[in-house]
Amino acid sequence: MLDLVLQALQTLFTPEHFSYLMLGVMLGLVVGVFPGLGGIAGLSLLLPFLYGMDEVSALATLIGLVAVIPTSATFTSVLMGIPGSSSSQATVLDGFALAKKGQASRALGAAFSSSLLGGLFGAIILTFFVQVARPVILIFGSAELFMLAIFGLSMVGSLSGNSIVKGVIACGFGLLVGSIGAAPATGEFRMIFGVNYLYDGLPLVVIALSIFAFPEISELFRKETAIASGEGAELGKGGWFTGVKDMLKNKWLALRCAGLGTIVGAIPGMGGSVVDWIAYGHVVQTSKDKSNFGKGDIRGVIAPESANNAKEGGALMPTLLFGIPGSGSMAVFLGGMVLIGIEAGPSMVTTDIDLTYTIIWSLAIANVLGAGLSLFLAGPISRLTRIKFSLLAPFMIMVISFAAFQATKDMIDLWMLLIFGVIGIFMKRFGWSRPAFLIGFVLATQAESYLNMSVQFYGWEMFLRPGVLIILALSLISVYFSRKGTVDENAELMEKSAGSNFRLLPQILFGGFILIFIIIAIFDSYQQSFLGGVFPLVIALTMLPFGVYLMWIFFKGNTSNAAIFDAEQVAEPGTFKATWYEPIAWIGGLYVLSSIIGFIPAIILFMISFFTLKAKTGWLKTAILTFAGVGLLMLFSHFLNLQFPQGIINF
Amino acid sequence: MNTPKIIQISVLSLVFLAAFFLLSFLQKEESIADQASDAVDISSIQIDDDYFAGKTIEWVIPFKEGGGSDTWARFNAQFLSKYIPGNPTVVISNIPGGGSIKGSNLFADRVKPDGMMILGTSGSTQLPYLLDDPRVRYDYAKYKPIWTYPTGGVVYVSPDLGIKDATEIAKIKDVPLIYASQGPTSLDLVPNLSFELLGLNVKTVFGFRGRGAGRLAFERGEVKIDYQTSSAYLKNVVPLVEAGDAVPLWSWGILDDNGELARDPSFPDLPHFGEVYEIMHGKKGEGIEYDSWFATMAAGFGGMKLVLVPKETPDKIVEMLQLAISEMKKDPEYNEKKQKAIGLYEQVIGEKAIKIFDLATNIDKAEKEWCKQFLRDKYDLNI
Repeated sequence: MLDLVLQALQTLFTPEHFSYLMLGVMLGLVVGVFPGLGGIAGLSLLLPFLYGMDEVSALATLIGLVAVIPTSATFTSVLMGIPGSSSSQATVLDGFALAKKGQASRALGAAFSSSLLGGLFGAIILTFFVQVARPVILIFGSAELFMLAIFGLSMVGSLSGNSIVKGVIACGFGLLVGSIGAAPATGEFRMIFGVNYLYDGLPLVVIALSIFAFPEISELFRKETAIASGEGAELGKGGWFTGVKDMLKNKWLALRCAGLGTIVGAIPGMGGSVVDWIAYGHVVQTSKDKSNFGKGDIRGVIAPESANNAKEGGALMPTLLFGIPGSGSMAVFLGGMVLIGIEAGPSMVTTDIDLTYTIIWSLAIANVLGAGLSLFLAGPISRLTRIKFSLLAPFMIMVISFAAFQATKDMIDLWMLLIFGVIGIFMKRFGWSRPAFLIGFVLATQAESYLNMSVQFYGWEMFLRPGVLIILALSLISVYFSRKGTVDENAELMEKSAGSNFRLLPQILFGGFILIFIIIAIFDSYQQSFLGGVFPLVIALTMLPFGVYLMWIFFKGNTSNAAIFDAEQVAEPGTFKATWYEPIAWIGGLYVLSSIIGFIPAIILFMISFFTLKAKTGWLKTAILTFAGVGLLMLFSHFLNLQFPQGIINF
Repeated sequence: MNTPKIIQISVLSLVFLAAFFLLSFLQKEESIADQASDAVDISSIQIDDDYFAGKTIEWVIPFKEGGGSDTWARFNAQFLSKYIPGNPTVVISNIPGGGSIKGSNLFADRVKPDGMMILGTSGSTQLPYLLDDPRVRYDYAKYKPIWTYPTGGVVYVSPDLGIKDATEIAKIKDVPLIYASQGPTSLDLVPNLSFELLGLNVKTVFGFRGRGAGRLAFERGEVKIDYQTSSAYLKNVVPLVEAGDAVPLWSWGILDDNGELARDPSFPDLPHFGEVYEIMHGKKGEGIEYDSWFATMAAGFGGMKLVLVPKETPDKIVEMLQLAISEMKKDPEYNEKKQKAIGLYEQVIGEKAIKIFDLATNIDKAEKEWCKQFLRDKYDLNI
């Protein structure tokens, strides 16, 4: 085996292979920076060139590209609070919090060095694992996959916030929103309210952007400061090298999470979107001092980032050995492999094992290159966080809108971004756990379809399977540890505000909205066949008493209860310079305008008005900034062959 | 808001918008295709060999990047670009959603009869159309094929069942089996109808994402019967067969020159479904049941992939595109790479393509009703 690995490394370091790998890495970094695009856009850029290349170079470019997407996605996650890809959502929690404290380059340093270590360690695990991967992957039947979804959900315990009731409802709300669309077991359409867009369910990209990025943008908009200006912003302290040292201090954590990422990534059907949350839950559960999580604990960056790069390596296993892609970018990778003429299948561990090793180690080296380059950029790019936010805001709004639109290329993508963005704003304001919601959303389909399958395959005997019992035990342990403390970004504010007087009406209205949604879900489920409706029905019926209990707490109005919280009313007077609906009105206005005259003309008008009115820039600066923004967007989409929303009036 | 700001916004907006519209206007000016659409009457435009020169053909694929249809299209696109007179750029435009309904609807809304936009469908585009899915807004009667691409599939079972080929099919008639399926109205309608026609005792579990997931369930031993399309079968199931872990029973067969069911040349040793039907029932397949099966098979496999343009598209345009296909088939590079990249079958043009197109997109009213009744009775599904 060792000689095979050495041989693979030899191929890898031939100048030709290496330079194509480098090319792929560069492309991946550029494309990956744009949130929500990732591998798919990269592939369409790459495809026309793949044909001219020989097998080895084409493969190297492809791997370079796929490997670094989770790396460069970290930039927006940390610097702007915009989840760059489905596997760097958890990074936002502490990464962005650090950026707000002025420690962006420290966070990036830790993130990239974790990516580097994770990618390398993942490759080492895979080198051995590949020999036994086929039988191991086959152990995970539908019953085990269902239990893994439950294990993922158990992480909610550590992320639910100080109020368990609200944490549970947030997760249940996520599960219900995630079950909108075609029922896995029957194909019936649930809760689509006559909107064709909802047939396929809501896209994860849109939900992640609206729940995490939208509220942050809105808050910064209202504070009218730079990103890095939170309390105790130690601007000088914490360069990227501090971050690297942080990673080295927590090297065992990084290695554990890399192992975790590799294994979860290798299980087909789990999907990469929960890996980062599992890693994040793991670090919270195993840390003694949990008080800083969600407020800028460097470990909260190290854990998900070392897991998400290792995950891509793990996801190679089902892709190569079974021809079944283990993640979204792997699907694209598999498509590329087919075009090059490499056939995935059982032969990848027998006759073609050398090729497999070349792929695994190319991925690892690409990770090193990608993370290394990103480390260099970490310092300079971090300065973005010092820019006055009103200058940055239009760009961020443009980026999230464009990214959301790439989800299904439908104007409704933008409307959903706005709707769930407003929900996200209120969740943040009233202290509802957004991670709990997102985990529920991500795992809804998985939990439901695997439950349906395993009940039909095994009946109740599924709970006698050893794999199921082991994962069940792990889930219980995870719940046990989560009882010892949970992440709440508002914990400090909450202490300060306990006992003070609140106007409760806003909270009651939002709680009431969620309660109504739960009731609608119950009614909708009754209209489906048994298999089609049973899952959302059970979730909704479980949520109902929690929802009613919450309303009772609200009406009782004892403000020392952790469930009662309103960031708006406990904030220092003068924190917010604009009303809560002003950012919503700006963004909503942009979308209304887009649907009339198209996105590009609308964003032109938006930028000019925003810079002039909010940033108070003069003629020249307004013109330059608008030109830069729109020009960059058009250039990018021209090369990637991407589209914009078109208006009713089409020019 | 004070006056200088209003002036600044208005003036800058005017300048930028004017620049933008000028830019897009200039781009349009270059395109004859848009003139054609504005003039509506495409016949007035002279179509010569330069027609496509410098143009971009948008090939709508209503499936995700990286999937079977996408790979097939991308592989062909490069050669099309090489052999269509004038060497236009061929871009693949992936519009996934609703199991290909969304992209096809969008095509129906936007397409003009100028050859600048073509649609690549698949079996899962044809079936909802044939079964009157209310979401479908595209109408095959309004299109004509440039070319078609068939595929096949093989049904195989676990050796645990104790049969070694299809001649012993009667032995498993009453054995309860489970089939891992994507959904009742997906391409899996064909295998589901097949099991029904043979009278096998098969329960269907839905919710699998793609045939790959079904194959994995087979390898895990959760299901004992499965099918894969030809290329997936060759890559991933043949090794299992060789190791004694799977037993192939039959292929769907192909449509021959007369539109009849025949053995699939990729699997000459395997009987096609019609033969197995005969083994089971002692008579040739006939009647409404068998005809319905045949209609869905033709839509799903015999004419799986159809490349379409509106009926009004001038023949000259279609000829140019078809010429590219026949040139492409002579390209040694194409022939060398084809099998690994997209599979064994030939891109079909000419009379035969039209015959396949007709078979794949038409269903007798009685057969349609029978299929719907089957879905109602078997899966409690109202469509």
